[in-house]
Amino acid sequence: MQNTRRQVLKSGGGLTLFALLAAAGWLKPGDAAAQAWNKGAFEAKSLDEAVKAVGGGTPAQSKDIAFVATPDIAENGAVVPITIASALPKTESIAILIEKNPNILAASFDILPGTEPSIGTRVKMGQSSNVYALVKADGKYYVASKEIKVTLGGCGG
Amino acid sequence: MADPMKIRANVVGDSTEVKVLMSHEMETGQRKDAQGKTIPAWFIQNVTVAHNGKPVLNAQWGPAIAKNPFLSFKFKGGAKGDKIEITWVDSRGEKRTDEAVIA
Amino acid sequence: MMRVRRGVAPVAAFVLALVSAFGAPAVPAQGNAVDEIAKYRAALQDGNPAELWEARGADLWKQKRGPKTASLEQCDLGLGPGVVKGAYARLPRYFADADRVMDLETRIVWCMVTLQGFSEADAKKGPFGGPDRKADMEAYVAYVTSESRGVKMNVALDHPKEREAYRLGEKMFYFRGGTHDFACATCHGEDGKRIRLQDLPNLTQTAGAQKAYTTWPAYRVSQGELRSFQWRLNDCFRQQRFPELVFASDASIALTMFLARNANGAAFDAPAIKR
Repeated sequence: MQNTRRQVLKSGGGLTLFALLAAAGWLKPGDAAAQAWNKGAFEAKSLDEAVKAVGGGTPAQSKDIAFVATPDIAENGAVVPITIASALPKTESIAILIEKNPNILAASFDILPGTEPSIGTRVKMGQSSNVYALVKADGKYYVASKEIKVTLGGCGG
Repeated sequence: MADPMKIRANVVGDSTEVKVLMSHEMETGQRKDAQGKTIPAWFIQNVTVAHNGKPVLNAQWGPAIAKNPFLSFKFKGGAKGDKIEITWVDSRGEKRTDEAVIA
Repeated sequence: MMRVRRGVAPVAAFVLALVSAFGAPAVPAQGNAVDEIAKYRAALQDGNPAELWEARGADLWKQKRGPKTASLEQCDLGLGPGVVKGAYARLPRYFADADRVMDLETRIVWCMVTLQGFSEADAKKGPFGGPDRKADMEAYVAYVTSESRGVKMNVALDHPKEREAYRLGEKMFYFRGGTHDFACATCHGEDGKRIRLQDLPNLTQTAGAQKAYTTWPAYRVSQGELRSFQWRLNDCFRQQRFPELVFASDASIALTMFLARNANGAAFDAPAIKR
């Protein structure tokens, strides 16, 4: 406990203050949003780097992760609707990685207890690419992928 | 001050379905303006959703989330009249919190 | 040497592991492209960012603004002062107080001038938003049109000026010009036309005309903005290499009159969302 405290104190006054306030219950749920943002993962330039940065290592393929109602073709890569549902028990988090994007890691969601392990959102895709759903369940990592083609419509419409 | 979010929260069976639309540029930092200068990245980094004060979802986002982001998910429980509070914080440190009531 | 290739190996290992588990690279059983695009469009319907513009427009409508510090709540959009519901489905129409046919935008400009005291030039400034600038006009359009959702298009040709506007609009639709000798009819005058993967509606047929008109304004994903029918016409002119179709001009009203009237009978279904 002593060591941890020293480490926390060493890492900067801001973090300590935050921790103290959190412990004292002075922070509302909204304030908790000023929490960690995994810079290393979000700035990773390769799929492997991104997966490793979120702690994934070598995830196992899983047929229990599904892309639900996610179209094979996106008319415009600026908005690609993706819904990922995990049937893996004790799903803790779901992350979306887009292989050919300059920003590979699109998002990571913490599935808190009581929340269904299914997330719908919209991502940007620079070009046709494999999209990976990386799920952490019961401490282990799993992955599934889907190819989504991106096309530009013509003019109009 | 950013535009308010549009939050819809509905009871579906024994769960609550939350759908939210946020107003945000989600600038990637890849684009250039008419003069050829790179438009700096500016995007939502953290999202938290709370039900009656209890967090139900935390998310970390990168600029690959689409502009004017949409998010949809479900959690067990929740009753009509309960409060849903959603907060986002972006890469400039700006934040926005909006509330809705479960219908 | 080895160092140069190091970056490649880990990625390859990851992808190889994935591929080996599934056998050959997973090729999804693809329905034809048109079906998948229909799926894409359907998936976008739920959670339309246009709602953000509708909310902003509803707020702005009630705000006291301009030299007269007045709101637009008493604006008469054709169904009487203060009536917004269902008004868009009857536009464009003749307004006696202005003694001319007006579409939604020209009527909003009119109300901004007469009720709020803005100059006409100011009211017409910057109608289309961009990355640095939100356009109030697009917010107004989103709000007012949302109040006609589900209402059957019912544009009248009772007044001689309404009939004149329709005739002029029809002439414009078939008028060939510009560097490419295009008319609206070149792209929109026949069935089965498309540009790359974009099917083009045949605006000379009722079904095509109805579907096209009743789905604007729309959140245009490729623009990241809510775009109005005035914008759509302006952009068509640009793509035809025509001179600019001036915002809220008589020409824009006439063309809108032609296309809106041809959509009569169909339920208005916007603000929508498009690619």
